[in-house]
Amino acid sequence: MADFLMPSLGADMETGKVVQWLVKPGDRVKSGDVVAVVETHKGAIDVEVFLDGVIDQLAALDQDMPVGAVLAQVRPQGAPGAPAPAGRLVTQRPGPTSPRADAGGRDAAVAPPAFAAPPPPPVGPTGRARVSPAARQRARALGLNPDALPGSGVGGMVTLADVARAAAQAPFAPDQAPGAAAAPHTRASGFDAVQMRQAIAAAMSRSKREIPHYYLSDNIDFMAASDWLEAWNRERPPEQRLLGAVLLLKATARALREVPQLNGFYENGAFRAATGIHVGWAIALRGGGLVAPAIHDADRASLTELMAALSDLVQRARSGRLRSSELTDPTITVTSLGERGAQSVLGVIYPPQVAIVGFGRVVPCPWVVDGQVQVRPVVNVTLAADHRASDGHLGGRLLAAIERALQSPQDL
Amino acid sequence: MNTTPMKMTYREACRQAIREALLSDPRCFVMGEDVGKYGGCYAVTKGLLEEFGPDRIRDTPLAENGFVGAGIGAALTGLRPIVEIMTCNFSMLALDQIMNNAATLSHMSGGQFAVPVVIRMATGGGRQLAAQHSHSLEGWYAHIPGLKVLAPATVEDARHMLAAALADPNPVLLFEHVVLYNAEDEIDPAVTAVDIAHARRRRAGSDVSLITYGNSLPKCLAAADALAGEGISADVIDLRVLRPLDIAAVIESVARTHRCVIVDEGWKSGSISAEISARLAEDALHELDAPVRRVCSREVPVPYAAQMEEASLPQVSDIVAAARGLVNPG
Repeated sequence: MADFLMPSLGADMETGKVVQWLVKPGDRVKSGDVVAVVETHKGAIDVEVFLDGVIDQLAALDQDMPVGAVLAQVRPQGAPGAPAPAGRLVTQRPGPTSPRADAGGRDAAVAPPAFAAPPPPPVGPTGRARVSPAARQRARALGLNPDALPGSGVGGMVTLADVARAAAQAPFAPDQAPGAAAAPHTRASGFDAVQMRQAIAAAMSRSKREIPHYYLSDNIDFMAASDWLEAWNRERPPEQRLLGAVLLLKATARALREVPQLNGFYENGAFRAATGIHVGWAIALRGGGLVAPAIHDADRASLTELMAALSDLVQRARSGRLRSSELTDPTITVTSLGERGAQSVLGVIYPPQVAIVGFGRVVPCPWVVDGQVQVRPVVNVTLAADHRASDGHLGGRLLAAIERALQSPQDL
Repeated sequence: MNTTPMKMTYREACRQAIREALLSDPRCFVMGEDVGKYGGCYAVTKGLLEEFGPDRIRDTPLAENGFVGAGIGAALTGLRPIVEIMTCNFSMLALDQIMNNAATLSHMSGGQFAVPVVIRMATGGGRQLAAQHSHSLEGWYAHIPGLKVLAPATVEDARHMLAAALADPNPVLLFEHVVLYNAEDEIDPAVTAVDIAHARRRRAGSDVSLITYGNSLPKCLAAADALAGEGISADVIDLRVLRPLDIAAVIESVARTHRCVIVDEGWKSGSISAEISARLAEDALHELDAPVRRVCSREVPVPYAAQMEEASLPQVSDIVAAARGLVNPG
């Protein structure tokens, strides 16, 4: 029996709420299947399971659960059905049953039990998270779940100071949390702009507070790329045409193969290189806000595949149906302001990533070619990188590699 | 009136308090073992026999139940006896008189009889007097309704608590720590009275509360100095009155610091520190940001050998370690 846990869909997520189960006990699932819709401040996210087996029990709907809480148990294929470990189960609270659960046609007798959220470290002898009474009370007032916080007190106890730290990073404003939690949520309708803004505020504040950024900038002659793009698009119907952004995406992904030190995470005082190049593509949402879901293995996908992925991602991001892996997997972020943007963008790194690459608008510029001044389309590329993980020399190599790649678009 | 600060010992403060009581109230007299000719086993009553005579400074037989009972009887008849018991260990012999008579008569008579007796006793270890002279039993007396239990820790309290105790119509027990008798301090002559209802903050701090009384107070103040050197700010509360306990003062302090170390020379099990811990759990749970810690005596009869006695009693280093462990765990 394996636990399927509430995923952390980003550095700024603390709790989520299952608003829909797409499977029921007894269903077979395999890794990558979308099994639930989880509502977070980023909207409703399709959450995938990364286990193969048979769903055994499901957590109750519409309950705020901390990251790491058990959402379901998955029995490996062929394993006999076994009762869940007794300590984990909590009798479902009596109360109004969720209309969605009823709509799913589940028999009340096999209504899914709610699982006790297994708190992250340290747990006392009674199995309850070690939280000081003062910290528990303060957390309640702030609308935080103290059981999910790391503790720095006696015996690893969560203390007032830990709660204060968490509150400083929490996505919810203190005076808003209880009301927001009590308010009936509007499911899968995208996102709450206020919560989104708070989530961005928390993540970016943390980034600026913790990450020593360094910045590099370069102008790249975009002539070869735009000529190639024009030729490619001229012969194709609109639905097969490519955007310049795809070239920027692919060039960046390719360049990262040469500089893997910028593709990964800075955690626990050390850099950890990622195993794949999953580019988080920054997408502005209607009504404000920003998400940067992953385009998986962008360095290995063809341009047409990337174009399809990009279109799909933008469309789903704006309708609030991103998959959990897309939010958790990015190993670097690329932000491209497009044709209506500024000429240059200096990004803020999304922790725990270590770099963000920014592309400005392509503009015609005087450009010296073979000693002659010509007008060329030029795009500005910037790198903001974590100085704890790398130095400017390395960052310069990345920008040079991106430039090189864009000079040979046919090879991308 | 003299307004310059006076330096005196705790012993002298006790003596002046008794002398003042004898001078100001003819109903007042002292009784106990060796209080007269010998001047008291800790020399608190030295010279009083010569000044006030044997009617008012009465040596008694070695029979605590007898002379404590006589003191209670004298109080019932309208006198104001000050009864001295050499050490609180010996007060066990008079426990029946103290608990079944002094503490209960007012209640059992429907308030018709008050028992305005004051019983002074020496308490505590640290002078190599071995197990039968070194224990701290004030926590036991603090268990008993009908008694008021005082523990003067400063020269000023030693000087003025007796008058307040004598003014109280009910039995009051005064626990004077044997190590404190030689303590010396300046006292402000402008202070002519202290109350016997409230604890006192002896040092203000913000990181941890040290709750204490008696001879553990100077140890806590020394610990607070040491902690300050580590950047830890300790609030030191001197309980002064063990019954009725000024728990509000304790909670007020813990509500500011959220961490509490109780220092009590009694044994930990069933001690006054246990009572304070329980009150905090009952009434101030949500102020606590760390477990309550207690620094108490080892649960053995206090040893005679100096190093062993020292090891058995709460020491400054124990207090510092406990406080540090709450503020900077790990």
